[in-house]
Amino acid sequence: MSSNTVRMTDVAIVDEPRSTKPAGATDGPATADSGGSGGRRSPSPVFGHPARAREVKDHLARVVMWLAFLLALVPLVWILWTVLSQGYHLLLQSEWWTNSQKGITSRREGGGAVHAIQGTLIQGLTTAVISVPIGVMTAIYLVEYGRGKFAKAVSFMVDILTGIPSIVAGLFIYAVWVTTLGLQRVGFAVCLALVMLMVPVIVRSTEEMLKLVPNELREASYALGVPKWKTIMKVVLPTAFSGIVTGVLLGLARVMGETAPLLILGPYTKAIATDLFGGYMATLPTMINQDRSESLQPAVDRVWAAALTLILLVLLLNIAGRVVARFGSVRK
Amino acid sequence: MSTVTGVSVADTPGPDDRGPQGDRASTGRAGDRVFSGLATGSGALVIALVTLVGVFLLWQAIPAIADDKDNFFLSRAWDVNDTSNLRFGIVELLWTTVVASTIAMLIAVPVGVCVALFITQYSPRWLARPAASLVDLLAAVPSIIYGFWGIKTFGPKYQPFQDFLLDKLGWFPLFSKTSVSGTGTILFIGIVLAIMILPIVTALSREVFAQTPVAHKEGALALGATKWEMIRTAVLPFGRPGVISAAMLALGRALGETIAVTIIVSALAPGTKWSWSLLNGGETFASRIANNAQEFDSPAKTGAFIAAGLVLFVLTFVVNAIARIVIERRKAFTE
Amino acid sequence: MKIQRLGLVASVALVGSLALSACGSDNNASGSGSSDTASGSSSNASAADCGPDGGGTLNAEGSSAQKNAIEEAISSFQDKCSGTTVNYNPSGSGAGIKQFIAGQVDFAGSDSALKKTEKDGKIEADEAAKYCGSPAWNLPMVTGPIAVAYNVKGVDKLVLTPEVTANIFNGKITTWNDPAIAKVNSGVTLPSQPIKVFFRSDESGTTENFTKYLKAAAPNAWTAEPGKAWTGKGEGKQKSDGVAGAVKSTEGGITYAEWSYAKDNSLGIAQIDNGAGPVELTGDSVGKAVAAAKPDGEGNDLRLKLDYATKEAGAYPILLVTYEIVCSKGKDAKKAELTKAFLKHFASEETQKSLEEIGYAPLPAEVQAKVETAIGALS
Repeated sequence: MSSNTVRMTDVAIVDEPRSTKPAGATDGPATADSGGSGGRRSPSPVFGHPARAREVKDHLARVVMWLAFLLALVPLVWILWTVLSQGYHLLLQSEWWTNSQKGITSRREGGGAVHAIQGTLIQGLTTAVISVPIGVMTAIYLVEYGRGKFAKAVSFMVDILTGIPSIVAGLFIYAVWVTTLGLQRVGFAVCLALVMLMVPVIVRSTEEMLKLVPNELREASYALGVPKWKTIMKVVLPTAFSGIVTGVLLGLARVMGETAPLLILGPYTKAIATDLFGGYMATLPTMINQDRSESLQPAVDRVWAAALTLILLVLLLNIAGRVVARFGSVRK
Repeated sequence: MSTVTGVSVADTPGPDDRGPQGDRASTGRAGDRVFSGLATGSGALVIALVTLVGVFLLWQAIPAIADDKDNFFLSRAWDVNDTSNLRFGIVELLWTTVVASTIAMLIAVPVGVCVALFITQYSPRWLARPAASLVDLLAAVPSIIYGFWGIKTFGPKYQPFQDFLLDKLGWFPLFSKTSVSGTGTILFIGIVLAIMILPIVTALSREVFAQTPVAHKEGALALGATKWEMIRTAVLPFGRPGVISAAMLALGRALGETIAVTIIVSALAPGTKWSWSLLNGGETFASRIANNAQEFDSPAKTGAFIAAGLVLFVLTFVVNAIARIVIERRKAFTE
Repeated sequence: MKIQRLGLVASVALVGSLALSACGSDNNASGSGSSDTASGSSSNASAADCGPDGGGTLNAEGSSAQKNAIEEAISSFQDKCSGTTVNYNPSGSGAGIKQFIAGQVDFAGSDSALKKTEKDGKIEADEAAKYCGSPAWNLPMVTGPIAVAYNVKGVDKLVLTPEVTANIFNGKITTWNDPAIAKVNSGVTLPSQPIKVFFRSDESGTTENFTKYLKAAAPNAWTAEPGKAWTGKGEGKQKSDGVAGAVKSTEGGITYAEWSYAKDNSLGIAQIDNGAGPVELTGDSVGKAVAAAKPDGEGNDLRLKLDYATKEAGAYPILLVTYEIVCSKGKDAKKAELTKAFLKHFASEETQKSLEEIGYAPLPAEVQAKVETAIGALS
């Protein structure tokens, strides 16, 4: 609408002759019409095409966008609907939230997912506890300290880490933990593999947030004689805190649904296990993986239910992240 | 998921009005030295980690590659059970991995960018927020769910489409008939991967498009641009580096996807005739490793699989490096 | 500092949900056990049957072919002996033996007995004995038939001879109405459909035993060495469920899979004719073949030698035997006692019988007696 005024002056001078030349009579009414309905459709010296063609293109683009959106929506809604409709009934049973799968075979109904939910949360939290300091400190380095070749290298390596396939992370930890150190495959080894996937996400999100912290805050702090490290700890980090939390929660969401490293490092158990350093520990992805190899209905039901539980957990984390982000966004 | 724009402060050279780095505010005090040491250490740790991954994989893979009686890069065989006569090569794995990922990218990137444009530019307000949340949620849905849904629910519905392709386009080498039946084909994998990475591309591109400076957009409109022209001249150029890095992240996911591929794809029997067809089966690096991870019973055999993992690692490394170079180039031109 | 409080709330919520889930229960015994086939006599278990007082945890790992059987046994054992937990991780025989030798598990499940021949400069049996400080014993525990499952419309009964089977799976016979198949199936109308062979893309003991059968019964037609990785033709799918599911959805499909998967997917199961007439896959015909199996090995270290080429009338020849591998003298007295209790339960007639329903076959009486003696001698 803001272009209305521009139009009035430009139309006749530049575009009218050109647009009438090829289309003649058919083009006439269209330009006349566009004059009444809005300036956006009108030609201009910068975007000098025949008005009709531009209009068609604009409409075409609009239609294509709508179509793309609807097309993309089909499989995505379909997936959610499938998981929801197939999985919800087990989630309504209280047993699902209170019991493990101990003693339940694939042809027997019953049991719950509490062992897997717990394992997923324990491993997720442990991963976060290790990743957050590394990730945040790396981001601080990149934003507050980093210069020159070394900083460039760090930034590049973070990108590489972002792109490392999860199964390669699993293989790497297997090579270190089992092959080289001769240790047992335990929950903690899984956490180490997950750390590799979570660190880059935290680095990138924290970096964005630290960049948003106004420089005036830092300078004010320096002016008061506060050392740089205290400035970062007391001024910069608290200002960016909510954004960092959001990033951490999103990273957690990604890590909790990871399956491939668990195939290599994290044997499944049907019993409740809370020891990260001894014995097996169940997680929702391994539970899905275990039960999907059965064609029997009780097992298939559990797959969908566990999938739904996992999506709900991720959803909860996302909502938590959003709430924190909304109420504590960086004030400029 | 607002985070991966691929550009870090450290990459922006020269004076930057926001760039606080290197402000020399660090005094020589102990606290400062410890803190900056910790920060630098974390950075070094990240470098060390990536280097270690490369070194470890190499270290484990090299003996097996050295023992390989076939050409590691050109052989189609994968015979690693007789450890005195290892014969394996990656060409088939490479083909399946690259082709499936390419199909996924060809579908997901255009559609994802369009959806992102739709959400940020076209959609009515009441629709934009829920749509964005839905896409974000789907970006976090674990891949195992995509795989399971793909084979159980989507597969049977997709089958007629593939039969139609075979029927009408079977003369075309890419769609010729192969020994693989049903939905275990590279094409189907590509489509499922596309659906899987679509939310990732959309979510990240949306973040970038949303950051287009209002002044740019209004400037274009003020010059009489149609909405589409405004998008082409203001939104897209601004978002290009972000879209590229979103696409690269998605490509990384597609290349390394394990479970979804393992569940769906049909492996080929040893000695199956080579075919260019997209309707052929095959295994990707990740699915072959996952399929056999349970029987890693000798170092030589494990080494062969780790060698496959190494190639996958190098592949993602190269892809990321290229993406970075492209983004830097673009920046050099636009600035 | 509102922001920090919010973060605090978020973390409290996380920790809270963790704590909430921490009070879950492992007790599923009283749950919906109606469909439980092996609940056994849960009330009158004496202490001696359950190992040491206070229960304990056993970790085992290995063959996925016996997964369903051992899960059933674990379920009934845990019902009987509260306080005990047995984990079985079906990661594969190779992994099971490796973990056993490395001292990571209390016993291993394997599709083949410990090898006494050298591989990579190591002898499995010696390595295991070295870890145990005493000989490691192989105890045959689960036997099950491998079904040749197919999906051909209108064909309810299909007879296959070893040669025909081998030629189908190595790609020499490609259509269902091939004269070779028609010859052994007189009276059955076979369609001219192409045969779609499905194999296991993951390495598995099922593949190994199936190819062992083909090699033994049709040595001329099947020339490849038996092994865990497939050497024939066809299309690979992951795990038994993968191949069975693929055959179900593919007309003209055929595969080999544990009996239970063929039954669960309601696939046609071929009758096998080893030379003494077609044999249907039933509990009886499997029992007959297993009974014909010869116990092997010295003393309490047992092996079961299957005669794949058996010509005995009414015996279904394609079988799979899986073993439990244990230290004859346990390293940890308590664990050893619990292992002994569990294996005793597993080998008991009652448990073995319960396996029949889920597609396995009970150990033949003679073998079962020997296994029980061996378990009694464990210390």
